[in-house]
Amino acid sequence: MRREVPIVICFLAGLSFILEYFIPHQSVRPIFENFRQWAIIVIAFAYVLGISNIVRVNYHVIQKKGRDWIYKIVLVLGLFFMIIVGIFFGGIGEGTIFFWIYNNAYYPLQSTMFALLAFFIASAAFRAFRVRTFQASLLGITAILVMIGRVPIGENVWKSFPDLVEWIMNVPQLAGKRAIMIGAALGAISTALKVLVGLERTYLGGE
Amino acid sequence: MRSDLSKSSSFSYLLKALLFSQIPILTLIIVLFTPSLSMGQEDLSQSWFNLHRVNMLVFLVFFFTVIVIYIERAKVGKSLFIRRIAGLDAIEEAVGRATEMGKPVLYISGIEDVDNIQTVASMIILGNVAKMVAGYDTPLYVPICQPFVVPIAEERVKEGYAAAGKPEAYNRDNVRYISSEQFAYAAGVNGIMMREKPAANLLFGSFYAESLLMAETGLATGAIQVAGTANIHQLPFFVVACDYTIIGEELFATSAYLSKEPKLLGSLKGSDLAKAIIMVILALGAILDTLGITHFANWFYIE
Repeated sequence: MRREVPIVICFLAGLSFILEYFIPHQSVRPIFENFRQWAIIVIAFAYVLGISNIVRVNYHVIQKKGRDWIYKIVLVLGLFFMIIVGIFFGGIGEGTIFFWIYNNAYYPLQSTMFALLAFFIASAAFRAFRVRTFQASLLGITAILVMIGRVPIGENVWKSFPDLVEWIMNVPQLAGKRAIMIGAALGAISTALKVLVGLERTYLGGE
Repeated sequence: MRSDLSKSSSFSYLLKALLFSQIPILTLIIVLFTPSLSMGQEDLSQSWFNLHRVNMLVFLVFFFTVIVIYIERAKVGKSLFIRRIAGLDAIEEAVGRATEMGKPVLYISGIEDVDNIQTVASMIILGNVAKMVAGYDTPLYVPICQPFVVPIAEERVKEGYAAAGKPEAYNRDNVRYISSEQFAYAAGVNGIMMREKPAANLLFGSFYAESLLMAETGLATGAIQVAGTANIHQLPFFVVACDYTIIGEELFATSAYLSKEPKLLGSLKGSDLAKAIIMVILALGAILDTLGITHFANWFYIE
């Protein structure tokens, strides 16, 4: 029963979303809408699991005074501080304390992380464009052509530069990309069907 | 073919008969008559079936039938060949290297929830990795981005240790929920990479802008890295920063490749056949469209 019940639930839920795609009748729309609402509610409860995991993992380190245990205290206090502020001090909407902390503490940190990407792209590009093999040379030359064609100086050097770049992006680049996309989409459908009918059940555990 | 039929069940015979005779005829009929059927279906809220999407239904039925037929073939003992996937073979090499160095293995399952099929594929791989890691007595860290994935990852790792005969070596605290926020998660994972210095980083699942942040940090720590995703925009980043990259469909082939289970191998071969048929349809569509016959290509539009 531990395995059969989840498989049946998975099948019924999956089937309902497939049927929703093909049945547009107004009388059945509320049923599908209910399914979606249930999914949102179930996912919301998952945050309890997440919080309990954070508390458990960090509590063990704090209790043993393991490495960086001071930071773990800050993490757990920060977690509960934001929950309390969000629930008891005006909610999470605009103009609330929660909103102010999010905008002035978390948001700049997130932007900093995102900004780091520029430096990582530069170092990755440096490695990728090193001309060592024929393929790497081809990649490097194509990248230089696309970069020049995408900036105003490219058009000044040669009038048809942007057209050449458009051709590279729309023909060889897109063909390769779509080949990967089709393969990945079929793989995804195949895996989804296997999960749906219970052929693939290893993700449930207890095999 | 005949000997296969005699071995297989009547069910599989029926399916084969359907595939090889009925379905192509049915498809042809639908292709020819769909436009007339779908006319007057402007008010979809009163319809019990969206005829504009009949092409998708035909494809789904066909695809599923092909998969079932190949599963049946695999069940009767027909040997099915799967090409070597270097990235998947590299997982064991990475785990072995981590063991030699006495350092942990880091498994990153992407930032999407379990409603994303890539996360499901990642969890399947995680079970195999956990079994491998347990066999070598190497610590395995699994930082998680979505809370719903936590119990599944815990179960997969626990099961992997049990399958390797070392359930006592499983440490529940090594499966850690970090944050559902993309860059907070990336910062947390990068922190683990810098502090714990894992010798092997395995990144399988759905990744976005954080992919390069994590892969470059892993590269800086000197770890051997194997990555796999079906998000094509992140593939170039992984190709540049990782030692091995599993591209698109290979990620979904992993469970069959690692387990060698007939029914999974059969489904893999089935999707390969569907892929070959799609290639033929694409070529045919391109030729017919070039000749000015647009009806064939138009039938494949999805509304």
